[in-house]
Amino acid sequence: MTDTQPFQAGDYPVVVVGSGPGGLQISYSLTKLGVKHAVISADPAPGGMFRKWPFFQRLLSWTKPYAPWPHDAHEFARYDWNSLIADESTQRGLMTTIMDGSSYYPSRPEMERNLATFAERTGIQVRYGCTWESTKRDGDRFVLETTDGEYRCQVPIFAVGVAEPWKPSNIPGIEHAAHYADTRPAETYAGKRVFIIGKENSAFELATGFLPWARHIVLASPSPAKLSVNTHSLLGVRARYVQPYEDYVLGGGVVVLEASIEKIDRHDGILHVLTRASDGSGEMSFEVDDVIATTGFQPPIRDLPALGVATIGRNKLPAQTPFWESASLPGLYFGGTIHQASPGLKKHGLPSNSGGVNGHRFNGRVLARHIAQTHFSIDPARPVLKSGDVIPYLLREVTNAPELWHQKSYLARVILADPARGIVDDGILPLQHFLDSGGKDGVAATVEENAKGDLYPAMYVRRANETTEHLLPGHPLLDFQTTEHGKALAVALDGLFA
Amino acid sequence: MATQEEIVDALASLTLFADLTKPELEGVAHILEEQYFTQDQRVLRQSLTGGGFYIVLEGEAAAVADGRRVNTLARGDFFGEISVLLGEPPTADIVAIRPLRCLVLAGEQLREFLISHPAVSFRILQAEARKLRNATRRSP
Repeated sequence: MTDTQPFQAGDYPVVVVGSGPGGLQISYSLTKLGVKHAVISADPAPGGMFRKWPFFQRLLSWTKPYAPWPHDAHEFARYDWNSLIADESTQRGLMTTIMDGSSYYPSRPEMERNLATFAERTGIQVRYGCTWESTKRDGDRFVLETTDGEYRCQVPIFAVGVAEPWKPSNIPGIEHAAHYADTRPAETYAGKRVFIIGKENSAFELATGFLPWARHIVLASPSPAKLSVNTHSLLGVRARYVQPYEDYVLGGGVVVLEASIEKIDRHDGILHVLTRASDGSGEMSFEVDDVIATTGFQPPIRDLPALGVATIGRNKLPAQTPFWESASLPGLYFGGTIHQASPGLKKHGLPSNSGGVNGHRFNGRVLARHIAQTHFSIDPARPVLKSGDVIPYLLREVTNAPELWHQKSYLARVILADPARGIVDDGILPLQHFLDSGGKDGVAATVEENAKGDLYPAMYVRRANETTEHLLPGHPLLDFQTTEHGKALAVALDGLFA
Repeated sequence: MATQEEIVDALASLTLFADLTKPELEGVAHILEEQYFTQDQRVLRQSLTGGGFYIVLEGEAAAVADGRRVNTLARGDFFGEISVLLGEPPTADIVAIRPLRCLVLAGEQLREFLISHPAVSFRILQAEARKLRNATRRSP
């Protein structure tokens, strides 16, 4: 039989594993930079986790059909969390062309179609049905054993998602709990008592879906529920799923408990869940029909820990550098939602948005550029700026750049004073890299948020390898292109680009 | 590392959390986030705002003020609390001198955490008292 699929087993400069939004964005960006690579995927088609989830078939991330910028402008991506990022204006904002207008949260099938359309229109090639099975080193090459043979490469990028169901092993009887991934259609819970382990978005998503069906809903985990409107970040239950919480606080019947789960037993078809309150106030027992563990997912990174990839946290995510390289195994990179384990500065405790498409699609472009530069000596274009243009340009960036708004305190626009070329736009880079790498004098501009929720531009000015932080004023309309901001930025730069 | 159980076990073995019950430890394990730092990576940065409270789980770090090493931190040690409590940027860099694993609490959460866990607050006070005593002994 003739093999009509691209990328037969062999040796490639880069191999990207995965065809979700992470893998597609990285492949697109590598191609634009001229880095030859193969993309392999165990799936039969593009889309990654969006081929199946979210369970109730509606996303948490919005795309605004009408926004202050047109769909084909790069700036539109601030208002569109779901389209992948293209250089060509004709391939931008694709999500808007697919949504049916019934909600500004796309449905799961719409998101799947959005990703497939991007892949098709930008010509991304993927070898589908090719499952990565194991990994080894051979000299300077990484070797990926797959169902279609051996792929050798200088640089592997694993964009395999974080979608392998995980349940804690230390709860006796946990086998009686279904995982979120195995939730049945909502109507089968009609009249049932449902106990949900967990209080994050997936727990509240299920509880929201069960409100019209279940007789009794309990959500329990040791720590209190956090709401995104309070944390000012994607850390916390999103507004879309707050309904069960409102039901709880208004005494509507839903129960939200701070308790550890001690054990789960089954007697005569009834499940008994024993909990112990986190405040030490004692044990409670619940008789329920269903227990569902929304205890999270892990990345399917197979044998990478044995190869030397350090992992962190209960989700066993691979620890990464600011450029998403394994922190313990140089030369091996990650893509997509796994980027959430490269936390950046987390100023005021606020996480990046790397766990979502809205954030990691920008990381994907930065990663492609980093790999092109450091592994293949391909230097991207770096425009030169006139001295008088620096301040207006930076203020325009902190007001409009989608990278800076989706990845606050994480990605930054970097301008350098290059003795050979003059004032150089070094592009979008991880802020942490700028702060810790040293180098030419320059400035990194980003958008930040403090604990009170104030949003403002932040400038990090480096002179002779000493970096100073300059927090500019906020603005009620988030427009930082004002005379006041211009003056504050001039003070911060203090003649750096004069 | 580290599953939830492993983090609970690690917390239980640290002096700071020695007085907490298992459900309390599980609650704490949910609030703290694990972070990994490579050798020579900066954990906290002198003069930068918005830092957090860190507890060393594994590895070693150095406190470096104005380019001079002023302290070494190992398993069970914690840092960042002075900057958070005083609302001022750190007066030193904290740099991993070996691969380092820490548990991290956002600065803004520290106040609530200390109020809701008085036994941990007491242990932190003890450690601060010890540091003060040692500094007093050293001073002429």
